[in-house]
Amino acid sequence: MYLWKDVMEMSKSLPLHEVILNLEMFDTGEAPQVLRKKLSEMLEVILEEAKNQYGKTQKTLTGFTGDNAFKLKNYKAKFLSEFNYIATVTALSIAESNASMGRIVACPTAGSSGVIPGVFYALYEIFSPSFEELLNSFIVAGGIGKVIADKATISGAAGGCQAEIGTAAAMGAGALTYYFSKDSEKVGNAAALVLKSVMGLVCDPVGGFVEVPCVKRNGNLVNIAISSAEMALSGIKSLIPFDEVVNAMRRVGSQLPQSLRETGEGGVANTPTAKTLIANLNFLI
Amino acid sequence: MNLLKVVGPVMVGPSSSHTLGALRIARFVYKLIGGIPNEVTFILHESFSKTHRGHGTDRALLAGILGLKQDDPNIKNAYDIAKSKELKYSFIVEDLGDVHPNTVRIKVFKDGIPHEIEGSSIGGGDIKITFIDSVSCELSWDYDTLVIVNKDAPSALKSILDVIKVNVANLYLRRINLLQEKAITIIELDEPIENIEEIKKSPYVYECYFIRRDT
Ligand code: SF4
Repeated sequence: MYLWKDVMEMSKSLPLHEVILNLEMFDTGEAPQVLRKKLSEMLEVILEEAKNQYGKTQKTLTGFTGDNAFKLKNYKAKFLSEFNYIATVTALSIAESNASMGRIVACPTAGSSGVIPGVFYALYEIFSPSFEELLNSFIVAGGIGKVIADKATISGAAGGCQAEIGTAAAMGAGALTYYFSKDSEKVGNAAALVLKSVMGLVCDPVGGFVEVPCVKRNGNLVNIAISSAEMALSGIKSLIPFDEVVNAMRRVGSQLPQSLRETGEGGVANTPTAKTLIANLNFLI
Repeated sequence: MNLLKVVGPVMVGPSSSHTLGALRIARFVYKLIGGIPNEVTFILHESFSKTHRGHGTDRALLAGILGLKQDDPNIKNAYDIAKSKELKYSFIVEDLGDVHPNTVRIKVFKDGIPHEIEGSSIGGGDIKITFIDSVSCELSWDYDTLVIVNKDAPSALKSILDVIKVNVANLYLRRINLLQEKAITIIELDEPIENIEEIKKSPYVYECYFIRRDT
């Protein structure tokens, strides 16, 4: 367990991604090069699935979602930059693939598994980076996620959606910021900016199924990751340091009532339309 | 939390507790019996059963008992595979008592031999095997696991443990049949073991199952 404050201190003499791998060795005994290899396999799966699922229609388990990535891919964006556009299509694609029992990397969870692919596939497509460069940013994303997991939670049932998709977006923002700055302070700022913007986001899946609102939240939150990274790169700081924001998020998570933590009883899950959808549910086999 | 848990695992969706955990419980059973059974019944605890189809829990369980790994893209086709392998399966719902909400009891028949295993999906894809053939236990499957049906006799356990050269993490033992003098011993091992065959040769050992940890 470590604080971002300590990580920043250590990264004065060693690249941030190496600091994170070294700290992990103290925790688990896993040698940095072994861990790097395992993480590279995950990043490969992420890029491969992003490529294969990009803009496809999916048969999701409930049928509530499945054609959103397809719609966006066959539409010409008016406002999003090409980077945002690819990231959004990818995030929707992977979230819908997840809801169709497709292969995903739970990063940090299955429900929020679209955001990180969105960020990395857009980086890959637009900036043609080397795989090693991408991997370094991926490791930094992991470090951000670990700080949140250790000090707060990454489970929607425990801390609401801020803990799942919020964490995913904070990780994504950190990764993007690291890719362009190699600056651990800016990385922390980017992650803090995300968490502050989604503080208190509830977990309210319709029927308890990881589809509504989860899929489209992936599509939207990847854009918060991007704008937060952009702000941090420009020198904008989070007045509240990342470590303190994580603490605040933990407290907010535990203050959320049970009905807003994955039970499917509150939020949009508790609306007339949601109830009708569930009553008429006809499962695909 | 382990970094590989924060940015992983690789799995099929949609939910680590409803899909991944369920698959791992069933796959544990597949490994225990050494292959696909002829017949399987999944008894889902009420709360686990409520949403099982919308979470793909049914397909995950079937895929696991068919031996598919957690990231196999064919998991969603588990019904078709079960059919092609002529696996007889059924799902039933029962109140399994005071257990974790996401609990399943799996009854299998393989070559005429019945087994009954209960497990819970406790979150993030982690599982707890709570019951194997009348023995209560708490296996995480983070270790290589040995399940031994042995003679219920003095010094049986000692003789088995003498053969096991590696460190034992946990051990569960229970007499199952006084008349037949049978007991079950479940052992979680800290390190890889090489000499399973030697254990099988012990005069005290009737049956020996080895369930290697999934990596
Ligand atoms: S709403 Fe709940 S189930 Fe859906 S992604 Fe957010 S935390 Fe996960």
